[in-house]
Amino acid sequence: MTTTPSRPAVEIRDLHKSFGPLEVLKGIDFEVAQGEVVCVIGPSGSGKSTLLRCVDLLEEPTAGRIWVNGVEMTDPDVEIDAVRRGIGMVFQSFNLFPHLTVLNNLTIAQRRVLRRGRAEAERIARANLERVGLTDKADAFPAQLSGGQQQRAAIARSLSMEPKLMLFDEPTSALDPELVGDVLTVMRKLAEDGMTMMVVTHEMAFARDVADRVVFMDGGVVVEQGPPQEVLGAPRHERTRSFLSRVLDPTHVAQLGLPEQSPEPPESPRLPTDERHNL
Amino acid sequence: MKLRRRQRERLSLWLQYLAFIAIIAVVFLAADWGRLKDAFFRVDIIESMFPTIITVALRNTVLYTLGAFAFGLVFGTILALMRLSRVAPYRWVATAYIELFRGLPALLVLFLVGYGIPIAFPEREIPGGVFGSIAIGLGLTAAAYMAETIRAGIQAVPKGQMEAARTLGMSHFTAMRTIVIPQAFRIVIPPLTNELILLTKDSSLAYVLGVTAQTIEVTKFGRDMLNDRVNATPLLVAGLAYLIITLPLSQVVRRLELRYAKAR
Repeated sequence: MTTTPSRPAVEIRDLHKSFGPLEVLKGIDFEVAQGEVVCVIGPSGSGKSTLLRCVDLLEEPTAGRIWVNGVEMTDPDVEIDAVRRGIGMVFQSFNLFPHLTVLNNLTIAQRRVLRRGRAEAERIARANLERVGLTDKADAFPAQLSGGQQQRAAIARSLSMEPKLMLFDEPTSALDPELVGDVLTVMRKLAEDGMTMMVVTHEMAFARDVADRVVFMDGGVVVEQGPPQEVLGAPRHERTRSFLSRVLDPTHVAQLGLPEQSPEPPESPRLPTDERHNL
Repeated sequence: MKLRRRQRERLSLWLQYLAFIAIIAVVFLAADWGRLKDAFFRVDIIESMFPTIITVALRNTVLYTLGAFAFGLVFGTILALMRLSRVAPYRWVATAYIELFRGLPALLVLFLVGYGIPIAFPEREIPGGVFGSIAIGLGLTAAAYMAETIRAGIQAVPKGQMEAARTLGMSHFTAMRTIVIPQAFRIVIPPLTNELILLTKDSSLAYVLGVTAQTIEVTKFGRDMLNDRVNATPLLVAGLAYLIITLPLSQVVRRLELRYAKAR
């Protein structure tokens, strides 16, 4: 099977994934068109991160098939390292290489995987650092950067491989609130430049403003999807409404009478709060 | 009279200082320094040990130690990777080796290498002669210890590092070599330093291979002098010679750790 521009960037057919007896994905059918920005939202434990990790085969699907740019990822003989060159992945915890400077974080895969020379790799790395606003941090080590700077460096690292598809796994969830904006701005610019993006996120404002399509997942299935103004503005499903009210107006959840339908797994036994006062 | 808390603490502190000084004073005054000096600190004997103890004995100790450490580090890294391998026989072999060689006395292993290999392969020689035998003989044991240290270091590198490397298109091997192992070694610098210092002292076992005047190391040199002069001074000097290696080594490692601190 060869890459054809008419194929969607991502195609997922009847995807199942279990961790032991726990079925996390229960039959997902899903597509991302070339150039499309899709935001995947949903409560924790809904399987949205697992879905994203399956696309890059960081998790091995239990059943179902996945194509990325026309190449079947679920083919047992897939040249996985070659396919992954075309896919950028951004993690919640950044995962920069702490023993390398920012510049070397951006060049190491270019040199070892794409076999680019040092000069070319550094030129591309610096261009991408400029794109994320970190020109002056090329020689710093990751530990010397703030969380937001680290995440932007991680995005630049992925971009240096010139991927056709970018996957974002809750890229701002580990950041202090005041640093979230810088990262989202970079991502918005990327979307405007036409990058195909699949973003697992809790940032509803980003989903509303930037996404071409919003996908709401719960309990391992896609509950509903559509343009952001529909899914976020006028959700058709009760579960979507319940989730949105919890996210957008967390202090009034009890008044809405919704906690009964909590999409979260049952809470673990409550902390014996009284004991703390007895110390 | 009731003392306040700070007064009590100060009193307790001063009592401990006094007890400490008293013990040292008693030991110092009770010892017969004249006899001690005759037995352990004869200046004429010390002078006769130089410069050979440095130019030959200490030099050989350093060479044997570095040889064994280098061999152990390379072999230990291979063993660590075998223990973490997906290939089951690799894991079995590595585990068996580590369990076996950690349990055997280093002296026995050195003896087996020094005399066993020449008997088993009469036409061949261990490269490097005595140096090679010692490097391999001590390195085989050191590798078993280092393998476990390095394995722990590799496992201490967060899983996300391997994942990030793989998503950039690196193979498992490339990711291991360029991303995981360099970080693992930074983590295990302190325990590997321990191993290096232990090896420095284990190099004194070289005597079982029958060293000559050219291949003698510090401890054997000291013991030969002891027998020769019927005086314990050479042992004291030999002991101090080890400190010439180990004390600066600790400093170097401390610097190294500081340098890597920002790159962790």
